[in-house]
Amino acid sequence: MLLRFPHQTDPEPLPFELKGSLFTLTVLHLFQLDPSAIERHLTEKIKQAPSFFNNTPVVIDLEGMAYPPEGVDFNGLYELLRKHGMAPVGIRNGSPELQAAARLAQLPVLPESRVTGVARKSERTDPAPTHSQIISHPVRSGQQIYTPDGDVIILGAVSAGAEVIADGNIHVYGVLRGRALAGVKGDAETRIFCQSLEAELISIAGRYRVSEQISAADRGKPTQIRLVEDRLVIESLNR
Amino acid sequence: MIVVTSGKGGVGKTTTSASFATGLAQRGYRTVVIDFDVGLRNLDLIMGCERRVVYDFINVINNEANLNQALIRDKRVENLYILPASQTRDKEALTKDGVERILNELRQNFEYVVCDSPAGIERGALMALYFADEALVVTNPEVSSVRDSDRILGILASRSRRAEQGDIPVKEHLVLARYAPERAHRGDMLSVDDVLEILGISLLGVIPESPAVLQSSNAGVPVILEEGSDAGTAYGDLVDRFLGKTLPHRFVTVPKKGLLQRLFRGS
Repeated sequence: MLLRFPHQTDPEPLPFELKGSLFTLTVLHLFQLDPSAIERHLTEKIKQAPSFFNNTPVVIDLEGMAYPPEGVDFNGLYELLRKHGMAPVGIRNGSPELQAAARLAQLPVLPESRVTGVARKSERTDPAPTHSQIISHPVRSGQQIYTPDGDVIILGAVSAGAEVIADGNIHVYGVLRGRALAGVKGDAETRIFCQSLEAELISIAGRYRVSEQISAADRGKPTQIRLVEDRLVIESLNR
Repeated sequence: MIVVTSGKGGVGKTTTSASFATGLAQRGYRTVVIDFDVGLRNLDLIMGCERRVVYDFINVINNEANLNQALIRDKRVENLYILPASQTRDKEALTKDGVERILNELRQNFEYVVCDSPAGIERGALMALYFADEALVVTNPEVSSVRDSDRILGILASRSRRAEQGDIPVKEHLVLARYAPERAHRGDMLSVDDVLEILGISLLGVIPESPAVLQSSNAGVPVILEEGSDAGTAYGDLVDRFLGKTLPHRFVTVPKKGLLQRLFRGS
């Protein structure tokens, strides 16, 4: 199973626990280090969208920038951004000298993003190829189907006790009685479609509901399940 | 090669194996029925030949006896033979090579080889279904039994020899045993349609819940030989359907009560 449930065996309650998690953060791409220029542009931006700048965590991206001969004042930059309602959580990219200066100013250096520069632009217009899998038989109790990097399409029922997992969307042209977990690598845009919802568990990008939490009104109908503002939404396809 | 399987225990696999094999033999086909339930031998009791067991399946696998010594000829029906399981060994004694060798030998001498699978999804059950060409999946009209049958159908579709070699899949038939139409009608039990809807395979026969099954198994007589009994008749139909006849399903609807019954039961 891909979902974890809290352990209950510890005799003493732990003061904390460390866990990895994914966040969507605003990235501030810096093109020059002149504080007055930055402040001018910031004031303009705040006028356009004042509510956005309310303690918003940002990552400062220094891609393509070299260490300037006059030096960098990261502390000053930090204060400037704080003053305007942004909370810098770290930097990424930039020359090794810049990164060293950021560390000295207590700003963590985040790992480089994998898609950079020109490659990023071309990928936006041309999404990565996905590898869909078509299963032309029913998925029986005890069977598990996993489709990495794509959608899974099932021509038949998914029985109670069966599990269908995909990095992409899940389509079931039959009754969904087992478990369906879409977007298991964290893609919140993925959805689950089925001809009749009688599932034991549905999950998108880690948000899940068990059978008990699916209302009777939502059951037994052609359905799509998606995430809206981080909540699972069950919608009938017969409108 | 036909396996009689179910996943769950106590649903009527051995009863079905005994009556199915007997029915095939009655209709003139040379048939052998093998008990794969090593360690929990039952088929010989239901077939009424427990007092004639000398050698068993495992003896033949281990070359301690040959097939002719181990096969028991049925005294009532011609063309019917039984290969009993060993009561003293466990299922680890079933080796794939050994089972295959014996099944190949039996195939040359018999038109139908019926394998009575043990319950569960462990070695004995896997060996019983591995070489199958067709499968009778025995289910009772209750959710746990249906789910276990679903599991077995998944295993047939993925772990049988036909699946592993990419041949035509094992042909699956549903046998719904211990069915009580009145209770299904009242909603106490799953109905025939419910079970078919969940499992999605073709229905070979519905066997009614019947005292005749218990009586005949205690007497060591396959119930199909109890002429006039409801379960016996249902097994007879089942065998005919397996051999290609088209027959309507009996015992699936609530019988209409006669006037006298209505008067006396006061419904």
